[in-house]
Amino acid sequence: MNTLSETIETGPDANLIVPQENEGAFREQQFEDTVGDVTHPNPRISCREVDVYYDHGAVHAIKNVTLDIGTGEVLAMIGPSGCGKSTILRCLNRMNDSIDGCQVSGSIRLDELDIYDKNLDVVLLRAQIGMVFQKPNPFPKSIYDNVAYGPKIHGLAKDKTDLDEIVQTSLERAALWEEVKDRLGQPGTGLSGGQQQRLCIARAIAVSPEVILMDEPCSALDPIATAKVEELIDELRQQYTIAIVTHSMQQAARVSQRTAYFHLGHLVEVNTTDKVFTNPQHHLTEAYITGRFG
Amino acid sequence: MQSSFLLFVIFTLMILGYLAGRRRSLAVARMSRGPDRLHSLPAYYGFYAALWAGIPALFLLATGVFFQDWIITKLVVADLPETLRTLPPEQLGLVMNDIRNMATGNIVSTEITPAIQLAADHYVRLRDLYSTATWILVTCISVLGIIMVRARISPTLRARNRVERIVIVIMMVFSSIAILTTLGVIFSVLYESLQFFRKVPVTEFIFGTEWSPQIALRADQVGASGSFGSIPLFAGTLLISVIAMLVAVPIGLMSAIYLSDYASARFRALTKPLLEILAGIPTVVYGFFAALTMAPFIRNLGERLGMEVASESALAAGLVMGVMIIPFVSSLSDDVINAVPQSLRDGSNALGATRSETIKKVVFPAALPGIVGGVLLAMSRAIGETMIVVMAAGLSANLTANPLESVTTVTVQIVTLLTGDQEFDSPKTLAAFALGMALFAVTLVMNVIALRTVRKYREQYD
Repeated sequence: MNTLSETIETGPDANLIVPQENEGAFREQQFEDTVGDVTHPNPRISCREVDVYYDHGAVHAIKNVTLDIGTGEVLAMIGPSGCGKSTILRCLNRMNDSIDGCQVSGSIRLDELDIYDKNLDVVLLRAQIGMVFQKPNPFPKSIYDNVAYGPKIHGLAKDKTDLDEIVQTSLERAALWEEVKDRLGQPGTGLSGGQQQRLCIARAIAVSPEVILMDEPCSALDPIATAKVEELIDELRQQYTIAIVTHSMQQAARVSQRTAYFHLGHLVEVNTTDKVFTNPQHHLTEAYITGRFG
Repeated sequence: MQSSFLLFVIFTLMILGYLAGRRRSLAVARMSRGPDRLHSLPAYYGFYAALWAGIPALFLLATGVFFQDWIITKLVVADLPETLRTLPPEQLGLVMNDIRNMATGNIVSTEITPAIQLAADHYVRLRDLYSTATWILVTCISVLGIIMVRARISPTLRARNRVERIVIVIMMVFSSIAILTTLGVIFSVLYESLQFFRKVPVTEFIFGTEWSPQIALRADQVGASGSFGSIPLFAGTLLISVIAMLVAVPIGLMSAIYLSDYASARFRALTKPLLEILAGIPTVVYGFFAALTMAPFIRNLGERLGMEVASESALAAGLVMGVMIIPFVSSLSDDVINAVPQSLRDGSNALGATRSETIKKVVFPAALPGIVGGVLLAMSRAIGETMIVVMAAGLSANLTANPLESVTTVTVQIVTLLTGDQEFDSPKTLAAFALGMALFAVTLVMNVIALRTVRKYREQYD
């Protein structure tokens, strides 16, 4: 654990007494300011001073995070387990609403729209911000109905041919069309894991969102399926803004333009992906990406 | 000596067998190179010995008890004097009954002849001999089993595999007991039904629209023409069940959906047990409630609205029965709705579906098989329910679709037919079995159809 005491001595507060040898004992001051550039010239989502509490305030999960997600970029969120990266992601489309005792303060905006506005219709928000989950969760319906589900509930298709078209383009964009076009009537749960995840991506883009949130989308997939999904993410960047939480630093390096490193609820460093992985500014980031903890 | 005591002896021998087998295996292990050289754990050798001590002995005992009467009777009959032995079978049966009664010290129907006295003595002697022989044989077999296993114990004896195989067979036998019982019930009912159909034509039973199961005791009795058309009964059953389901399914389903997807955890923890209490109330109590509270209430209400309502109405019985079966629908549905993975709800919510859309389009279809299961269970409860109907809906077999009239159901008629003082082979009594058979067939067909439909439409997750 000598790396820890090392980092503390070179940290911003040199007078700090060396704490017990565990990660949780880091003093709060070390995180006060995020290193790097949290803003983006053309932001799609902007979070300002966001705090998130669980259990009615008992657990402080996200501490004073300010971060922009730029239009047309892929932002990777990395960090050790329990650092709050999934929490912040789930705040962005208010999926945390369903968790009892979860409180969010600060402001999160999608373009000019305040996401936590009391009068906001969550249903419409989620149509604009799609989400892909860690474990593929296709509905136990046919492949066609899985993709058509969103457009149907939002009334996006005028008639059957319109709907067919939406389904086809969505599946094409998710690079799944060729594999399933002859069996659209079969259940989505019968596909392989990687296909299921791409089906979930197709399902998300079928409602034409502006932003897609991905919560460790490849952690349940084998390397080949992962490569396909990563390739897909890169292509989707042309039309959508993407925020992706990942445990794999290689994946973050491969698919993202900017990377945000979280640690114990703090946003420690945000920079272009190149910079984070070749020349990290914060010692914690460096320790994490070089594999000294996490 | 009693065979129940013999059972105890066998059990003791099994314990001894276990101990012997275990000790022997440990000794064998010590003689070779340590316990790790044994194929199985020492306890398995013990179980193996115990099973050999128990199973053949129990099997022998069961066979012995089963054939005891038959064998002894044969032997006694063979020894009877010529005059008695050549009697026709029915009379011979009576004579044997006398002999048996004498042997056990019961009252004998006829005067005691020396021949019967002799036979009875013979019977007692044979019985004692038989019982002693069984004792000796069973104990010998049991001990022999232990000795045999003990001699065979060696490090290479695969005791665990053998014990496991025997246990699987035992489980198989036990599971087939349920099936055999069902078959037994079906055949006993079927047999009596066939008796009934020998007296009353099947077509009359199935298509007849009049039910009045009176049979004349004397030729000149009034109103004695029995008619056995079952349609009014099935119509009554259907009417009451439909009313009950109309009450139970919407209330049950709605409360299940509310409890699983809308209510707070606290409310749910409080309400669910309360709802389940409904299932614990005895049906007789529901019967009071239906007859004394519900039926008068409905009649008064009907009169105020200018309708004619019987004081015992299908509506009263159906409504109360519906309340009774709410927990079957709600509790089972709640469980299956809860079992639908949260990830499916998340997936739907993340697409911007409202809570109700999520429930209607994702959760409900995924939970459908379980919900139908609950509804089917409730339905069979409704069809089989007797007490509420006896008390609230009456006994008159009206063929009507008007829920305000008095009707009766199949099960109620079965009860009234069997509680009469008719002789057992009269059509009136036998009709009960035919009704039971028909009811069984109807519910079976219903279940099969429902399960097939579910299999076709269900959406299987994971």
